[in-house]
Amino acid sequence: MVIAAIIILAILLYIIGTVFYKGLPSLTLDMITKLPGGGFYLGKEGGILNAIVGSFYIIIGALVISILISVPLVMYINFYLPANSFFSGIIRFSLNILFGVPSIVYGAFGFALMIYLGIRASLFGGILAVGMLIMPIMMRSFDEVTRLLSRDLPDALLSLGATKYEMIKVILRQLMPGLITAILLAIGRGIGDAATVLFTSGYTDNIPASLNQPAATLPLSIFFQLGSPVEEVQNRAYASAIILTIIILIISFSARYFSSKFSKNKIS
Amino acid sequence: MITNQQLVKSIWNPDLEAAEKPILKKVMNSHTINIEGLNVHIDNQHILKDISLKIPEKSITCIIGPSGCGKSTLLKTLNRMHDETPEVKVSGKVFVDGENIYSQGVNVIDTRKKMGLLAQRPCPLPMSIFDNVAYGPRIHGIRRRKAINQTVIQYLQYVGLWDEVRGRVRSSAAKLSIGQQQRLCLARGLAIEPEYILGDEATSALDPLSTKKIEELFVKLKEKYTVILVTHTLRQAKRIADNIVFMYLGEIIETGPTEEFFKNPKKQLTKDYLSGSFS
Repeated sequence: MVIAAIIILAILLYIIGTVFYKGLPSLTLDMITKLPGGGFYLGKEGGILNAIVGSFYIIIGALVISILISVPLVMYINFYLPANSFFSGIIRFSLNILFGVPSIVYGAFGFALMIYLGIRASLFGGILAVGMLIMPIMMRSFDEVTRLLSRDLPDALLSLGATKYEMIKVILRQLMPGLITAILLAIGRGIGDAATVLFTSGYTDNIPASLNQPAATLPLSIFFQLGSPVEEVQNRAYASAIILTIIILIISFSARYFSSKFSKNKIS
Repeated sequence: MITNQQLVKSIWNPDLEAAEKPILKKVMNSHTINIEGLNVHIDNQHILKDISLKIPEKSITCIIGPSGCGKSTLLKTLNRMHDETPEVKVSGKVFVDGENIYSQGVNVIDTRKKMGLLAQRPCPLPMSIFDNVAYGPRIHGIRRRKAINQTVIQYLQYVGLWDEVRGRVRSSAAKLSIGQQQRLCLARGLAIEPEYILGDEATSALDPLSTKKIEELFVKLKEKYTVILVTHTLRQAKRIADNIVFMYLGEIIETGPTEEFFKNPKKQLTKDYLSGSFS
């Protein structure tokens, strides 16, 4: 067991170490403030602002879509359907399957859907595909927190004469930290995923101005830079990886901060 | 004889206490619960068997009996909380203020509003102390800030919590001690202006001192409300109850005024239970 723990720690340190060792020298302010200039992938100057902004746009859009669907669904299967009902069983089973679907499949499915709808590779396509990818992640973890909620709170609310809708509003407050954790997990998975956006969002050196324009993403940006024969560009790929890691860390910490702020009235 | 016009006028008369208003008096005078032929099945198990019971108004009725005898199930039929669990089937009649709450077209919310429930474990809502008490009035349509402030203060005072939390009513209810939380829950239940108070082993999670406070509150409450308590402790029933209902395996074995019940139990089963042969 100790060996297993050491292996895990060593792997983590090795990954972080490599990324920082190779990327840190190339990490400049230009990287995060400038768009890639001409010949950026051949070692000329520029940054990856396009990918940072593109990734943000995509993950925010995907979050909006999946929150709008997962929160009502989780509330429905937990508080409207009878406990252990056949239908909620089916929903949970499908979520488990969707959870295990590889991201490239969502990418391919999103691509097929886009062809059917006549949409070109664009920000919107990326949002849809990433939305589909993170929705089951968010639902499953939010559902698990919700199932742990004791019956006391819903009973207390109902016995005060609250309607189901009023009850859900209070329960969501109680579940806020759980929801934020679910969102965090979803962001972590969604922002770093390359396969879903590979076909769906396209790639560009500019910041997309509308939903119909293609959008660059951090994982793809790293992929393209690593594919460059120029060593300097490859090192920039590691710098981009540092940026991606830091973004995830910032999101995670700020979400935790807000979660504790929202949950100050939470009853444990 | 009062004319209808006078009746209507009297409702809006601010000089009269609620209890003095003739129309409310008429309603308030009939705060009885009358259960007729009540049967409850849970997943084909017969939990309550043909219960018929009259609960007198403005008194404390304690339902006692060994665990699993259906005390809490009986209590839950009174505010229709079984509606939330589809495997529970309720049949029979429960008249509250003369109206069968299980007949068609009865508004569940109205029924629940009449019943202030105090659960076994206190469960404050995830909000401030103030908002906990204000929650009920707010969802039932009271918006005026002044009225809400007044209600909150009134009921916090009533349960003796006001002086303890005065400076921090805006802080989280989760920070209160468990005994204070239970009194807060009582204040929250009272703020919806119920006519009946239901207590489901409301003191079983509390320390002796908090238990005493809650018991004193129950005694105070019976001046205005009809109080129905499920309790596990015979001594508590003996201390505060006016009437006792003894249940065993889903049936009512014996009912009666407290003193008579404890001194001269009529049934052998009751005698055995009181003497501690089983519990």
